[in-house]
Amino acid sequence: MTWDWGAVRDFMPHFWEGLLVTLQALTLGSLISFTLGLVWALLMRTPTRWVRWPVGVVTEFVRDTPLLVQLFFLFYVLPEWGIAASALTTGVIAIGLHYSTYTMQVYRAGIEAVPPGQWEAATALSLPLRRTWTSVVLPQAVRRVVPALGNYVIAMLKDTPLLMTITVLEMLGEARLFSQEHFQFTEPLTVIGVAFILISFPASLVVRTLERRLAS
Amino acid sequence: MTSGLWELVVRGVWVTVQLLVFSALLGAVVAFVVGIARTHRLRSVRFLAGVYTEVFRGTSALVMIFWVYFVLPPAFGWQLVPMWAGTLALGLTYGAYGSEIVRGALSAVDPAQREGGIALGFTPWQRLRLILLPQAVPEMIPSFSNLLIELLKGTALVSVMGMGDLAFSGNLVRLALQESAEIYTYILLIYFVIAFLLTRVMRGLEKQLKQQLAGQPTGGAA
Repeated sequence: MTWDWGAVRDFMPHFWEGLLVTLQALTLGSLISFTLGLVWALLMRTPTRWVRWPVGVVTEFVRDTPLLVQLFFLFYVLPEWGIAASALTTGVIAIGLHYSTYTMQVYRAGIEAVPPGQWEAATALSLPLRRTWTSVVLPQAVRRVVPALGNYVIAMLKDTPLLMTITVLEMLGEARLFSQEHFQFTEPLTVIGVAFILISFPASLVVRTLERRLAS
Repeated sequence: MTSGLWELVVRGVWVTVQLLVFSALLGAVVAFVVGIARTHRLRSVRFLAGVYTEVFRGTSALVMIFWVYFVLPPAFGWQLVPMWAGTLALGLTYGAYGSEIVRGALSAVDPAQREGGIALGFTPWQRLRLILLPQAVPEMIPSFSNLLIELLKGTALVSVMGMGDLAFSGNLVRLALQESAEIYTYILLIYFVIAFLLTRVMRGLEKQLKQQLAGQPTGGAA
């Protein structure tokens, strides 16, 4: 096995560009999954099953099928339907949608963990439904779910390389491009592998600290 | 869609199922070995198992697959058959996730059970085999069921390396028909059906294991 530091040095500028795209996709994907997940969770609490049932089936379907195929679906089908979006936008939408079906479960658990006394107090104060949610239930629920959401952000980070398959040049995309141009696979792939660990391991430590602090 | 194209899809299903079974087996072995090692009394063993878990959980499964395909062969001078390269990458990655499940379930067993085993003069191996695992394994099943679905979704990644699994056959059909909505809908539905069947099987397994545990002759107060 030969290791060429020259190749690492040549790859680094591409690496930073890829990292930037990865972080962009991660940030936007997280925002979409946080909002959409909350929407799903709230829809699952509506009294009529005509809303709950379709939302439940669709989210279950999205959760149990591969993100890769969903990416292909959006990337190739949206243009057929006349919707033009850049590869990065498509990828961000796919990741955000996929992970919103996970975050909805996190929100659901958080909402259910709000003690019933809080609901009763809101009723006793005759707060309107909207105020009950925005000032009583959600602030307590969201606080509780922050660590769990953090875990999904880390999971999402590890799924961003999939965007490479729809031509987005994130970290893995840059590494593959560099490898094919220079016929050096070992160095760029190892660099980004290490980069993933260097980002996700400290991030998981932060999440664990948050968990412990919320538990106490 | 013509019957020839359907044949392609069926072959893709077969490759996906094979890959799922092989990598689930490897993943299970890794999960139990590493998970049990994380409860070992020697600190160095626990540390090494922890490093393994963090490294393989820390990196992306797709990066891992690329690494196994492109870096391992020149480094060690051997070339893996695509099926085994995929199995290796997926099994090692998802095994690391599984080791956390095994560790959690083992440490959730009432400490008195372990102490009882020590008091009765069981060897560590006997304690693990006869006392801890029979109680811990049924508790692991729901989490393993979720992980198995994640693994099924993970198998689609090998299509990036050109392996003819279900996702890959979808791409071939798209190229043949120049039309994507229909075929990708079918592919997603097939994945969903496989996932549904998997959850059913796992639920049955959990029930059976719990019944076995409850129905075992205990020879005294349980």
